[in-house]
Amino acid sequence: MGKKGEVKLIGSWVSPFVFRARVALNLKSIDFEFLQEKAGSKSDLLLKSNPVHKKIPVLIHHDKPICESLVIVQYIDETWTHGPSILPSDPYDRAIARFWAAYLDEKFFPALKSIRMVQGQGDEVEKKLKEIKEGLGLLDDALVKISKGKPFFGGEELGYLDIALSGFVAWIQVREKTFDVKLLHESTTPNLAVWVHNLSAHPAVKDIIPTADALIEWVRLNLGPPPPPAN
Amino acid sequence: MGKGKGDVKLLGAWPSPYAVRVNIALNLKSVDYEFQTENLATGSKSELLIKSNPVHKKIPVLLHGGKPICESLIIVQYIDEVWSDGPSILPSDPYDRAVARFWAAYVDDKFYTAVKGIVVADGEEAKAAAVKVLKDGLVLLEEAFLKSSAGEGKPFFGGDEIGYLDIALGSLLGWLRVTEKSFNVKLFEEATTPRLVSWVDSFCKHPAVKDELPETDKLFEYAQKVVYPRIKAFAAAAAK
Repeated sequence: MGKKGEVKLIGSWVSPFVFRARVALNLKSIDFEFLQEKAGSKSDLLLKSNPVHKKIPVLIHHDKPICESLVIVQYIDETWTHGPSILPSDPYDRAIARFWAAYLDEKFFPALKSIRMVQGQGDEVEKKLKEIKEGLGLLDDALVKISKGKPFFGGEELGYLDIALSGFVAWIQVREKTFDVKLLHESTTPNLAVWVHNLSAHPAVKDIIPTADALIEWVRLNLGPPPPPAN
Repeated sequence: MGKGKGDVKLLGAWPSPYAVRVNIALNLKSVDYEFQTENLATGSKSELLIKSNPVHKKIPVLLHGGKPICESLIIVQYIDEVWSDGPSILPSDPYDRAVARFWAAYVDDKFYTAVKGIVVADGEEAKAAAVKVLKDGLVLLEEAFLKSSAGEGKPFFGGDEIGYLDIALGSLLGWLRVTEKSFNVKLFEEATTPRLVSWVDSFCKHPAVKDELPETDKLFEYAQKVVYPRIKAFAAAAAK
């Protein structure tokens, strides 16, 4: 659906935020050109399309750029009205989905990302792990309340919050391996563990979700070892 | 007389620009609501706030038929979608909506940090650098304004009527004015942001807005007594 060349996505296979846009496009069966950015450099097109933040993802539709992953996902939902609805139809349900997506970006991801900087510092690692686990606990509870027994936050089908969280799954698994800890697991987050299984099997996701090992290798090649402790 | 759709209650506080966004949106839609003030100065939180926003324990919270909605921009979108017969807050075109959302996210991402940066800046140079960050941001918004509505001679980011980005940015005007007064700087200037200068005037006079923006003097005192010391203490603790 949609002519090739009409829709472009500037991004990278490692980015959890780009992943959101890819899932949304796949969910709506939109043909698009994926422009993979090279690690460590920013293309001219990226700099031109997102001069304010110079960050991926950027969706380009009819030559007009749309930036910020959640803004892109909503744009996709509102522009391609065929196919499954990404945001729920009820305003209250929409507000709940948006609330948790904002939580992911403002609270959860910073903790998930920054634990790398304290690798090797026992106390600091414990603090961050606690934060991450608490966040996942909240999300596990939210899943029960919101899904009402259905496979996804969006119900029978992937929705906004599923898409928002989907990009972090592989990175959470990276942290599980690096820090030898269970985060998304039936013993810690039983409902999310099932959700991960459902997500990973979904046609819009299964061919693009990276493995934790591939991400770990990418980090090794492109980011090098974690920084030494500050003291 | 307002249109009800069940009872509407806002947990807010006059100094909070985030709560002010909700006041403005509700006014724009002529919604009758009950306003419950949280005392931000003491920092003690009401039971209702803690119960309604257990994750963040922050205002604003909108309670509609007893159900809580949190996060100011999420609340504004909720209001727009529920009271769909009033003026539209978000534009109807998906691309325009994306642009409005982008800049509102930018305001939330950058402006508060920039204002805090000015408060904690040590020495004249650092202060000037921090002020520049804020002013550069306003220039970006001036350009965005010119590209869209102002380029067509419209008074607001939303066009003829205030919209999502007007509310997102305009709600900060009290604090931006206090910043100007506290640090003896001009943020909106004819030379760099001429259209925003007129916009500020139009926005503040708007009937949905004029009673909601805090008085500069009152907010200035509040900033000196409560907010700036808190920001500085927090920064000092974080630096240790």
